[in-house]
Amino acid sequence: MAIRHKHDVVIVGSGLAGLRAAVEAAGRCDVALVSKVFPTRSHSGAAQGGIAASLGNEEPDSWEWHMFDTVKGGDYLTDQDAAEVLARDAPRAIYELEHMGVPFNRNPDGTIAQRAFGGHTRNFGEAPVKRACYAADRTGRVILDTLYGQSVQKGIRVYPELSVMDLVVTDGAVRGVVAYEWATGELHLFHAKAVLVATGGFGKVFKTTSNCFANTGDGAHMVFRHGFPLQDMEFIQFHPTGIYGLGVLISEAARGEGGILRNRDGERFMERYAPTIKDLAARDVVSRAIMSEVREGRGIGGRDFVHLDLTHLGKDRLEERLSDISSFVRIYLGIDPATQPIPVQPTCHYMMGGIPTDVDGRVLDAAGNPVPGLYAAGECACVSVHGANRLGCNSLLDLVVFGRRTGRRILEDVSDLSFTEAGGEALEACRERIGRLKERRSGERAARLRQRMQQEMMEHCGVYRTARGLEKALGLIRGLQEECRTRLVLDYKGDRYNTDLMEALELESLLGLAEVMLLAAQKRTESRGAHYREDFPERDDAAWLCHSLVYRDGDRVRYATRPVSITRFQPKPRVY
Amino acid sequence: MELTFRIYRFDPERDSEPHYRTYQVEAEPGERILDCLNRIKWEQDGSLSFRMSCGHGVCGSDAVRLNGRCALACQKLVQDYEGEPEIVVEPLPSFRVLKDLVVDLEPFFEKVNWVRPYLLAGEGDPEKERLQDPSERKKLDQVIRCILCACCMGSCPVVGVNEGFLGPAPLVWAFRYIFDTRDREKEDRLQKVDTEDGAWGCRNHFECTRVCPKEIPVTKSINFIKREIEKVLRS
Repeated sequence: MAIRHKHDVVIVGSGLAGLRAAVEAAGRCDVALVSKVFPTRSHSGAAQGGIAASLGNEEPDSWEWHMFDTVKGGDYLTDQDAAEVLARDAPRAIYELEHMGVPFNRNPDGTIAQRAFGGHTRNFGEAPVKRACYAADRTGRVILDTLYGQSVQKGIRVYPELSVMDLVVTDGAVRGVVAYEWATGELHLFHAKAVLVATGGFGKVFKTTSNCFANTGDGAHMVFRHGFPLQDMEFIQFHPTGIYGLGVLISEAARGEGGILRNRDGERFMERYAPTIKDLAARDVVSRAIMSEVREGRGIGGRDFVHLDLTHLGKDRLEERLSDISSFVRIYLGIDPATQPIPVQPTCHYMMGGIPTDVDGRVLDAAGNPVPGLYAAGECACVSVHGANRLGCNSLLDLVVFGRRTGRRILEDVSDLSFTEAGGEALEACRERIGRLKERRSGERAARLRQRMQQEMMEHCGVYRTARGLEKALGLIRGLQEECRTRLVLDYKGDRYNTDLMEALELESLLGLAEVMLLAAQKRTESRGAHYREDFPERDDAAWLCHSLVYRDGDRVRYATRPVSITRFQPKPRVY
Repeated sequence: MELTFRIYRFDPERDSEPHYRTYQVEAEPGERILDCLNRIKWEQDGSLSFRMSCGHGVCGSDAVRLNGRCALACQKLVQDYEGEPEIVVEPLPSFRVLKDLVVDLEPFFEKVNWVRPYLLAGEGDPEKERLQDPSERKKLDQVIRCILCACCMGSCPVVGVNEGFLGPAPLVWAFRYIFDTRDREKEDRLQKVDTEDGAWGCRNHFECTRVCPKEIPVTKSINFIKREIEKVLRS
């Protein structure tokens, strides 16, 4: 038996995109949030440094400059129609968040304070501009808490600690989802007119990542399994400054506030790689610079990390504006950032790719047509505003701008969509999938297989890639998928918070997505943004100024491309 | 180094009573206790259940009791327990145990929701941002660090004997809106917590303050609410 529910709209994922959409649609239709974690524990809360908008509170700024930076940051793979929506809507979105209660830091005149961030410039690249609105270095957390409060005020129904296992699809339209409840082991069938997938990123494909344990791409993989495409999956952001060994993020705000990267000789090496804006170049540029320094033997002590030097910022500034990261560094490294430099290395941070959508969150199929009843927003989606490399502070903005737009679009569409009684087959398939896992008596544990995947992806699909490495990794991932199908075994077969089962289901998603990333990375024989091919080190606009699509067609996996929207800014060489 | 973990186990499907199980774990001094718990789950005993997510003290999922003290498993390191014969891991006290280290958080979130954790600024938002003086905004600096991990609830002696008491974290969230100069419902908010099970339930044990992983002066914040009640409602 399964527990059945009926809601006009089911939103999967309770991070900022899901919450923002829910708040928009609630009150005018029946909305339910289904989430693997309690809403306040979503990974949006880990965003530190800020949210971008050309408020111009500190110095002159304009949405055109913001749009240009976003396009250039994305190495011209950004869809410019979408980037225009993002940059134009940003100030309104910030004022709205302020009205909802977000406790932004303030200027002496009472306006929202802003600071510098990577890749954000004035007058089309001339010099850094203060565009990031922030609340100390816990900007994501306070916005999450605020939107959580809004969802409480609106009385939105939340189903916490349920994982989605499948979409209900009939005649090409999405009619609901099947979910598994961790507290009880029960399956739930949600009938819905519209389903919004807002399940976030999947950095757990990699060994070193700033992502949380829950970021396993369940939603993106579920959509992919149904034959809908994933777009630009080769573009994976490695944030330059993860805490060495741990991968925990040290916000770019640290450099926005004046922090400097140094190699073993104490040299400010970013002066060589990005003479104009130095340490505040786009993330892909800085990550490659760090890796180059390490490769050329200029890592600290000849090892695989460099130093982030904040010692000149002073205790007060660190406490006021970077207090969380100061505390992370104290706790995990035993270092006081006011007196000692922080060892850092690139850490997998963000997926530029995902489920392709239009600017209103409607999911597009391989032919570019909207899928009735299916929407996506947030990191799992690809609008694409981030192109080949996302700028800092544009992700929180993406979540609230496109979360809202998607909520609005759903409200418009929902009267034309209808409920069905479908879902029995999907439910049975989920039951069998769990049954098969629970029946197997011997084999390999999910953790072991996951570890091999994470190691391999780190080595061959990270900051640097080659045809040979990608080929090797693809072979290994496919082998792991086969092992997953035939040998994956659970140590615990019970129904109460069976996290052993959770990790087994998540592994299937991770491996499926890893394969897509590798396929897309293999095809793209150029270097653009975060995708750097050592065997094809140049950007090749003639052949590759296009989005990639990977989708399933029966048992086969197909590859296609889609043109980039170019409206205002013609591609130019990208220098910082 | 090798560590001994003694972990509280309870599976309501199988066990009539909770019990403890001991595990040996090899770990580096700089590793997190959460890493050790994962190693146990991944390599020795997949039936061990606990919550986790961000792994660095931001999401608040992995609050447990470590050697008698509520803490986040991802914020405590192996070296913090150097010289101790074993590390006892238990679920948060005062909460109903659902399985092993997983507790029922619904009543906790209900209390948080009860304080109306949203700004009530009245009608008519301005076109741009409302202005707020940095010194006014600064009053919220510490309380907005709360991540709702519930360590404070687990360690509060009053919560332990009176489940009706609102508790430290919900009061921190009440503070966050009472002292937000943009809010228009201050008096109403104060009245709501002006009860024996509200702000006055706090008896200044300071346990919440001692355990708070985000170093929020919790007790002090509750005392500010009491003082504000006196000032606004009694004067």
